[in-house]
Amino acid sequence: MSTEFEPKILAFVCNWCTYAGADLTGTSRIKYASNVKIVRFPCTGRIDFMLLLKAFANGSDGVIVSGCHPNDCHYTSGNFHARRRWMLFRGLLDFLGVDVRRIQFSWVSAAEGAKWAEVVNKTVADVRALGPYAEYKKAAKFLAGNEDVLLKAQEVAL
Amino acid sequence: MELKYIPKTSLKPWLEKVREGGKQIYAPVAENGKTSFKRVKSVDEISMEHVQTAQSAKGIAFPRTEKLFSYAKQQGDVALQDYDPGSLPNTLVFGLHPCDAAAFKPLSGIFNWDTGDKPFNERMQRVVMVSLSCSKCDPFCFCTSVGGSPGSAEGSDILLTAVGSDGYLVEVATDKGKALTEPHAALFEAPPDVNREELLARVPAKFSVDEVERKIAGAFESDVWKKQSARCIGCGACAFVCPACACFDIQENARGAAAGDRIRCWDSCGFSLFTLHTSGHNPRETQSWRWRQRLLHKFCYMPRRLAARGCTGCGRCSRACPVDMNLAEHLSELEKLKT
Amino acid sequence: MNELRSKVKALLGSSEIDLFVGYEQGTRLPRPLLAASAEDADKLIFDERCTGNLAVYLTRKDLMGGKKAGIAASYYALRSICRLIDENQLQDGATKIFALTPQGALTSLETIADVKQLLQETPAPAKQVEDAWVQEVEEMPAAERWKFWTGELAKCFKCYACRAACPMCYCTRCIVEVNRPQWLQPWAATLSNMEWQINRVMHMAGRCADCGACGAACPLGLPVHIIAHKMVQMVRQHFGEPADKGATLSTFDPSDKENFIR
Repeated sequence: MSTEFEPKILAFVCNWCTYAGADLTGTSRIKYASNVKIVRFPCTGRIDFMLLLKAFANGSDGVIVSGCHPNDCHYTSGNFHARRRWMLFRGLLDFLGVDVRRIQFSWVSAAEGAKWAEVVNKTVADVRALGPYAEYKKAAKFLAGNEDVLLKAQEVAL
Repeated sequence: MELKYIPKTSLKPWLEKVREGGKQIYAPVAENGKTSFKRVKSVDEISMEHVQTAQSAKGIAFPRTEKLFSYAKQQGDVALQDYDPGSLPNTLVFGLHPCDAAAFKPLSGIFNWDTGDKPFNERMQRVVMVSLSCSKCDPFCFCTSVGGSPGSAEGSDILLTAVGSDGYLVEVATDKGKALTEPHAALFEAPPDVNREELLARVPAKFSVDEVERKIAGAFESDVWKKQSARCIGCGACAFVCPACACFDIQENARGAAAGDRIRCWDSCGFSLFTLHTSGHNPRETQSWRWRQRLLHKFCYMPRRLAARGCTGCGRCSRACPVDMNLAEHLSELEKLKT
Repeated sequence: MNELRSKVKALLGSSEIDLFVGYEQGTRLPRPLLAASAEDADKLIFDERCTGNLAVYLTRKDLMGGKKAGIAASYYALRSICRLIDENQLQDGATKIFALTPQGALTSLETIADVKQLLQETPAPAKQVEDAWVQEVEEMPAAERWKFWTGELAKCFKCYACRAACPMCYCTRCIVEVNRPQWLQPWAATLSNMEWQINRVMHMAGRCADCGACGAACPLGLPVHIIAHKMVQMVRQHFGEPADKGATLSTFDPSDKENFIR
């Protein structure tokens, strides 16, 4: 059995563009990394930033967020709203020291089956190089009901 | 009460021997202008100069978050893993002030009222307290107004009092304390002839607590609560820094439907959610009712039911309050209440 | 000071207001005073030491329900009041607002237009300490930033003083109290403490007055206002001053520029 690290990637995509794009990847018989699990949303505007945090807390090593290109939103402006949110959210995570290299934001249209494969393959390769997101998982498990773990972590060094 | 003296130079060897004997040391450490209790490896890190730590020492027996038990579903059955005291560390709490040590009495009263609380009691059994008398105080301190003193040994196993800058008077108050000093007798000396009172901070009395307690027992319907609490913004800072506040919440850390932990965490009677019913009804609807509950609990219900007051005068609530709800000031006002 | 006292007394006396939110001398610093009588009004003070953001009281239903209120507003309280009016939490013109001019004179403001006028004339208080702190954190390598923030936020015991002190945190039901789904673990733990701050600051995007009340309120002295300050900086950098353009995250501009969506 291979012991090589296989990244777990969660993708949050919109129904109208990227999900359809990913479908096209399949119907076009384009092969791409199987590390990704896709969660379909009506629109990128619906993708709550907490979902990304929950993905990391629950064991994802990387996250993809993708939807319609600007001006192509099924609901006219959902992706514009999402873009603003990601601009601030990404900056905030970076400021807090969260590894933003593990989050791939993309625009993938329903016609870009090949681009979807590229996005996934690139993200998987990048995250594979970065290794498991151990720091975040440690924080998620940290103090799972046990104050003593915290005490130990805060211990003053000699 | 056994009286000894330990030179400052022997303090470190003593604590190090205690640590080698298998006890972790939990003591105040200064950091970024605040002092907090931490597990320390080196005695040099311990702060002896602060007036008050930001948080009390209660977390050693009543942690802010604690796992009570875990469960896992297994083929139609449930496997339960009960609270395991086996992994709890033996701890020497060092350098807490008399107001913190005294607060373990009301805490223990709450956790042993009716059914004894296993996690609290198991932790307390493994704790020995070496307190430090206060040689200074600040305007928020009011221990002397609620029956305490900067040199009180109540709740401590050992009480140290600084004699100049060279050493400490050592009062061994309990058998637990004796077990900590006797094996290291060589480090201790005979006590010098000093007037202990002169070594202590002078904490002026601000009100008569008996009078306060007499007045507030009949003040349930008074307007004073509304007036005093008007500026309270309803956060939990006062309760969380209080050494005697014991309100907690029980929560579920469910890992899917298959397994989970039951968690106990700190809560505060000042939160509007604290008494909110599922129906939407809230019996303590406004901040003034919650403020009244806070004071009546500490100065009326607890003295009656547990023979312990819910306040030791550490003043932390007043220091921590974002809107300066000064407890001693409010109690002084209650003392003068017309009945 | 006497001017404010007599004006407030007159307003209370003529029932133009029922309650005045101002400052009185506290244990060390000025503290909030909710004055309802002439006797209370005699305790009012208002000078350059009065910097706390009293706008937090204006949305408190148990205090303000059905009452006409007045306020002694510091620079940041004025900014918060503007936003609260924009967000329909306060009615424009319903609150008697007193503020200090840059020269230190007492002035009374009737409408949001008056408030904005004064804000324009008043130089914003310096934020050097906060700016320097943000810069210091930014200069750390990412791993060190993570260590710094998890170290600080591990100490948080979730008293929610940061939330209670914030004039913009007026929701009657906060996300931390929602348990279906349970977005945040309600007990104090490093990651959920951090998630709480991320939520708080994201919800503040373009709304935060940058008053620093959250950090000042923290009983453990955690630098949570620095995270909010960083958000203010980012909003300004990407979208300009948020004033008059609606809430940052509920509006958009097709020409918004980023460099990471590929």
